[in-house]
Amino acid sequence: MESFLSRYRNPLVLLAVVLAQMLGLAVQVRRPATGTDGHQTRLVRYWVVSLISPFERAFLHTGHGISNTWTGYLDLRHVRQQNQQLQAELNRMQLEQASLAENARQDMRLQKLFAFQQKYVSKTVAAHVIGTSGTDLSRVLYIDKGSSSGIRTDMPVITPDGVVGKTRDVFAHTAQVLEINDPTSGLGVILSKTRLRGILRGNTAGQTRIVDVLPDEHIQPGEQVITSGGDQIYPRGLPVGTVERTVSDPDRNPYVAIVVRPAVNLSRLDAVLIVTQTTTAMPAQAQHDLATSEQKAADILSERLPGAAAPPILAPGEKSDDQGIPAAPPHLPDALHPDRFTPGDTPTASNLTPGAAYPKQKSAPPAATSEAAAATSPAATSPAASTPATTTPARRTNSRHTPSTPARSTQETGH
Amino acid sequence: MALVARGSRRDMEVHSFHPVVPILVPLFAIFLQVYVPLRFPSFTLLNLPLLIVIYFAVSRRSPVTGTLIGLVIGLIQDAMTHLPLGINGIIDCVIGYMAASIGIRVDVDNPGTRLIMGFTFILFASVLHVVILSRLLGMGETWLWAHELIRAGVNAVVGVVLFALLDRLRRRE
Repeated sequence: MESFLSRYRNPLVLLAVVLAQMLGLAVQVRRPATGTDGHQTRLVRYWVVSLISPFERAFLHTGHGISNTWTGYLDLRHVRQQNQQLQAELNRMQLEQASLAENARQDMRLQKLFAFQQKYVSKTVAAHVIGTSGTDLSRVLYIDKGSSSGIRTDMPVITPDGVVGKTRDVFAHTAQVLEINDPTSGLGVILSKTRLRGILRGNTAGQTRIVDVLPDEHIQPGEQVITSGGDQIYPRGLPVGTVERTVSDPDRNPYVAIVVRPAVNLSRLDAVLIVTQTTTAMPAQAQHDLATSEQKAADILSERLPGAAAPPILAPGEKSDDQGIPAAPPHLPDALHPDRFTPGDTPTASNLTPGAAYPKQKSAPPAATSEAAAATSPAATSPAASTPATTTPARRTNSRHTPSTPARSTQETGH
Repeated sequence: MALVARGSRRDMEVHSFHPVVPILVPLFAIFLQVYVPLRFPSFTLLNLPLLIVIYFAVSRRSPVTGTLIGLVIGLIQDAMTHLPLGINGIIDCVIGYMAASIGIRVDVDNPGTRLIMGFTFILFASVLHVVILSRLLGMGETWLWAHELIRAGVNAVVGVVLFALLDRLRRRE
């Protein structure tokens, strides 16, 4: 026996070590998937992350420090600071815009059927990405914020461009982020136009796909994919990506998979936002920004298009166009030379008396131009205008009843 | 591959290092493996920790030592992922054992030998990866021949350079 052990010592050691790890794997896989590890596994990860992450953080902060010193202090001290503020504001506005636009569309369609409350991003924590898993098989990131900054498990991680993933293992000063293109990741999404719901999953090649979808010819490349909010992790309406193409799924016939191009470049992330708090009411800052944006948009519109009216509020049952803007009737520009044929100037039937003279028009052009208008207006040369039996009494009646309108009086006396 | 004559001096030669080297070098390799992909995403094609396992296993020429080196480095690699601990542990153990076993019989200081050895071991590691993920863990893992061959080739070339650099750290007894 002793000779057997000494002779086969090496392969026996290998066998023992491999078997022990296989047993360990079996135990870990058998444990119900709760999204985090068991205590023992977590301890090993904690030691390793505690060993590696300080070096990553030091490298990152040293690099940022040198970079910031050069570009931020010596070179572009004020401009950079201002740019950062503007960038932050723009990022926030993009998020709010995406969320609000989707809210508006959805709420109009499902106002009566909506059973659960909308969640708004109310508080986020900014973090730097300090490391990766180092392998394609595990698409996770490490960030420099942990439980000490209020980070918890299963918190959405986003950028202004869209969704990155969610937090998984959280340590004191570090957290692991599971990206949406990892095979073990799952995210409830909805297509913005076709309103098709599905689950977005990653695969080993790093692609993101909406799986188990029935073929639909309305699904077109380029369509926006946003979070549906059904997974209870990500707030509804955050951009996820765009439809790239539809591919058949041989294992799940007749279902197809929709390949989605992520809105965020997941392989080149520098900083992210962790959504630490959501509220059912729209944040006060967002309400203020929305009001400001609407006012500013109206001002810009009125400056550029003087004849354009603000889009009407969509009533229940009304249709809207592809952009979600209510389909308003075309608005005619104001007439340069109003007459009795001008829309809006025609009196209602209740104001007319059979046999009586035609009432005076409501809109009156300036006196200086009325003369020329009368000379060139089609109404002035029309048979109705040139018939003395019908026009002369009317002029008199009008001038008698409205003495305070000199423009019209001048025009009439001109005739 | 130059076989070493039985009983030659090289057959019994074991390279030793300063005690700090076997600790710091694997840690530095793991640090590079998890940090550099932030700036160069294609860096994940490399498997520096496994190359380090191969190098130290070959240098020590002891299958047990190679197995244990692979165990430690593999588990550290696993800890940086979100996957169950033991996937890289098993792979690095097996590769460490095989590298040490070959190191006893083959002249592993030759660059050509190192190139072939690195290519073969990295390709075998990929096979083990697929087997463990698909058979043991039931995860749908696909095998892409072209990708795996390129990965093995790139790692083999990098391994030759890396081994030459690490040779400078060893001391002969």
